[in-house]
Amino acid sequence: MEKFTKVTGIAAPMPLVNIDTDMIIPKVFLKTIKRSGLGVNLFDEMRYDRQGNEIADFVLNKPQYRDAQILIAGDNFGCGSSREHAPWALADFGIKVIVSTSFADIFFNNSFKNGMLPIVLPQEQVDLLMKDAEKGANARMTVDLEAQEITTSDGTVIGFEVDSFKKHCLLNGLDDIGLTLEKAAAIDSFEAVAAQARPWV
Amino acid sequence: MSAPKTLYDKIWDAHVVSEDADGTCLLYIDRHLVHEVTSPQAFEGLRMTGRKVRAPEKTIAVPDHNVPTTLDREKGIENEESRIQVEALDKNARDFGINYYPVSDIRQGIVHIVGPEQGWTLPGMTVVCGDSHTATHGAFGALAHGIGTSEVEHVLATQTLIQKKSKNMKVEITGKLRPGVTAKDITLAVIGATGTAGGTGYVIEYCGEAIRDLSMEGRMTVCNMAIEGGARAGLIAPDETTFKYVMGRPHAPKGAQWEAALNWWKTLYTDEGAHFDKVVTLKGEEIEPVVTWGTSPEDVLPITATVPAPEDFTGGKVEAARRALDYMGLKPGQKLTDIAIDTVFIGSCTNGRIEDLRAAAAILKGKKIKDGMRAMVVPGSGLVRAQAEEEGIAQIFIDAGFEWRLAGCSMCLAMNPDQLGEYERCASTSNRNFEGRQGYKGRTHLVSPAMAAAAALTGHLTDVREMM
Ligand code: SF4
Repeated sequence: MEKFTKVTGIAAPMPLVNIDTDMIIPKVFLKTIKRSGLGVNLFDEMRYDRQGNEIADFVLNKPQYRDAQILIAGDNFGCGSSREHAPWALADFGIKVIVSTSFADIFFNNSFKNGMLPIVLPQEQVDLLMKDAEKGANARMTVDLEAQEITTSDGTVIGFEVDSFKKHCLLNGLDDIGLTLEKAAAIDSFEAVAAQARPWV
Repeated sequence: MSAPKTLYDKIWDAHVVSEDADGTCLLYIDRHLVHEVTSPQAFEGLRMTGRKVRAPEKTIAVPDHNVPTTLDREKGIENEESRIQVEALDKNARDFGINYYPVSDIRQGIVHIVGPEQGWTLPGMTVVCGDSHTATHGAFGALAHGIGTSEVEHVLATQTLIQKKSKNMKVEITGKLRPGVTAKDITLAVIGATGTAGGTGYVIEYCGEAIRDLSMEGRMTVCNMAIEGGARAGLIAPDETTFKYVMGRPHAPKGAQWEAALNWWKTLYTDEGAHFDKVVTLKGEEIEPVVTWGTSPEDVLPITATVPAPEDFTGGKVEAARRALDYMGLKPGQKLTDIAIDTVFIGSCTNGRIEDLRAAAAILKGKKIKDGMRAMVVPGSGLVRAQAEEEGIAQIFIDAGFEWRLAGCSMCLAMNPDQLGEYERCASTSNRNFEGRQGYKGRTHLVSPAMAAAAALTGHLTDVREMM
C-alpha cells in the first residue's frame, strides 16, 4: 500500500447527508473482479445522465473540483452496503481524504485499507471546512496525518483524532495481513485452546 | 467476582486472540461466509501472495447476488460479467477447498439464509461475511458483522479480524405486538426512532418481551436491519426458541457435543447490572405496521400517516427530504395509503424465509392481485422454496397471480435481470430504499411481507389490519 503522509489539494463540498455506497458506486459496477478502474464511475448516477453525458452542476463535474483530493461530506457518509468498491472508486478518482461528522462503520474501515483517511469532526468544524471548500479551486487545504491537523485556505488549523494503529499503518503503508501473520503463533495457540473448550466449532 | 458483562462482552472476550495496548484486538472468526460479489478480489490477493485459506472447513461460499431466479436458470447466466463472477466463485471454492453450494444445489440461496438453515451459524460464534447484512446471524446470539473485501482476504488468510470493540447499546421492545404488526415493523420502527446513524459505533442487543416472543425467523428479520440503523451488529440472547431451531441442523453439534454446546450457550446472556452505553425502549403495543416514504430506511412512518414535508425536519435532513420526495414522486400531505404501487417484491435476506411466505400467503389466500400488478416471490433458499411447495403456499401465490421464482437476492438489489423500470413503484420486503437500489429511478417502499401482499391485492399501500 502507498504511504499516506500529507495531502495538499482541492476540497469538494458534498453537504448531502446519508450519502450511501449505492450512490458512490451503483451496483452495475460491482460485477468486476478487479479493484482498479472504478474512478470514472464514481457517483455515476449523480454524475452522468442516462446517455453518459456529464451533469454539469454535479460538484465533481465543475471545473474547479474535477481534481479534488478531499471531500467534505454530510452526516453518515458511506452508509449502506459493505462494498469495498466504494472506497476503490473514490481512491481511483483521486480522493485521499474524506471529512464528515460521521461515517458508516464498514466504509470507515474499508477506507483505511485503501490508503484513504476518513476524518470525523464536530458539526461546527465540518461547517467551517464546507464553507472553505465552497470557495472552489482557490481553496486548497492541507491534511497532515503525522501532526493530525487540517489547515484551511486561510490558515486556520483544525486538529483531528485518528486511531493510533490505523495511523501507523497509513503512515508506513503497511499491509494488515502481513502484520497479522506475524502473530501466527498466537492464532495457533488460540485455536488449540478453543478446540478443547468449544470442539463443536 | 468479575464485573457483570453484556452478551456482546462475553462473545467478544471468548474470541480475543491478542490485544494491543491501544485496545486494537485480533479477533478469531468461527465462520466466514462468502458470496460472489465481494470475494473475487480477495481470492486474487491470496493468489498473488501465494497464501492459502487458513480454515477452509470454517469457510462457506454460495452465489446469490447475480444468479437468475427464473425457472430456466440452468441455461446459464446471460450477462457476461455476472457469469464471470459466479464462475470465479466456483473456481475459487474448488481451488481453495471451501464448503460450497453451487447454483444447481437445492441448498443454494441467499448467504444469510443458507448459513442458519444449514446449522453453520450457532450461538456464541463470531461470523463474518463480505456483506453488510451479516448482522442477520446475530439472531442466534452470534457476533456477526459485515466486512469489506480487504477484510475478507484478511479472514481467509488468517481466520482473524483486526477490530476494536464497539460500545454496547440496548434496544428493548416491551410488551406484546398487536395483530398485523411483525418483526419487520419492529426493526423499521427502531430505525425510525434512532436514525440510520443512531447505532454507529455500537453493537445492539435487542431484548424485551416482544423480541422473546418472536420466532427465529422474526429475530433474523430484526437483526438483519441492525446495519440500517448504523450498528456494527445486532444480537439477541439465545434461548429455547434458538436451541430448538438449531437442533438437528446438518452442521449443528450432535450427541455429547450438543450437550456441551448447550451448556455454554445457556451462559450467553447479559448479566444483571451490566453497563450499556445507550438504551432505547419502545413499547410493543405502540408499534404500528409501517412503511418507508423516502430513500433512507429511517424515513419510516405508520401506514396511517401522511407524507411529510421537508420543513418537518432540521439540518441536513431538510435538503435530503426534499431530494427524497422529488425522487419518490410524492407530495407532502398525501396519505400513504393513497400511494399507488405497480410492483410487489417478496423475498431477500430480510423477509425471504418460510414464515415470511406464510404471512404473505395468509393475506393472499383465495384472492387475486390487482390487474396489471407485477408481483414476485423469491424464496430465500432452495429449501425454503421446497418447503413452501410442500405446504401449499406456493400454489396460493401462483393462484393469486405472483411469479414463483428460484432462490437468490433478485430485486433486493437488482444486480440480476429482476429490476424496476424508471419511475416504477414497488412495495418491497427488502431492506434498502436507496435511490436506484431496485433499478435506475425505481421507487421503493419497504414493508413487511403481509403489507406487501395487501398492496398487491389493492394496488396501493394498504393497512394490512383492514384485511385481517
Ligand atoms: S438479499 Fe439483498 S440485502 Fe440480502 S444479501 Fe442479498 S442483496 Fe444483500
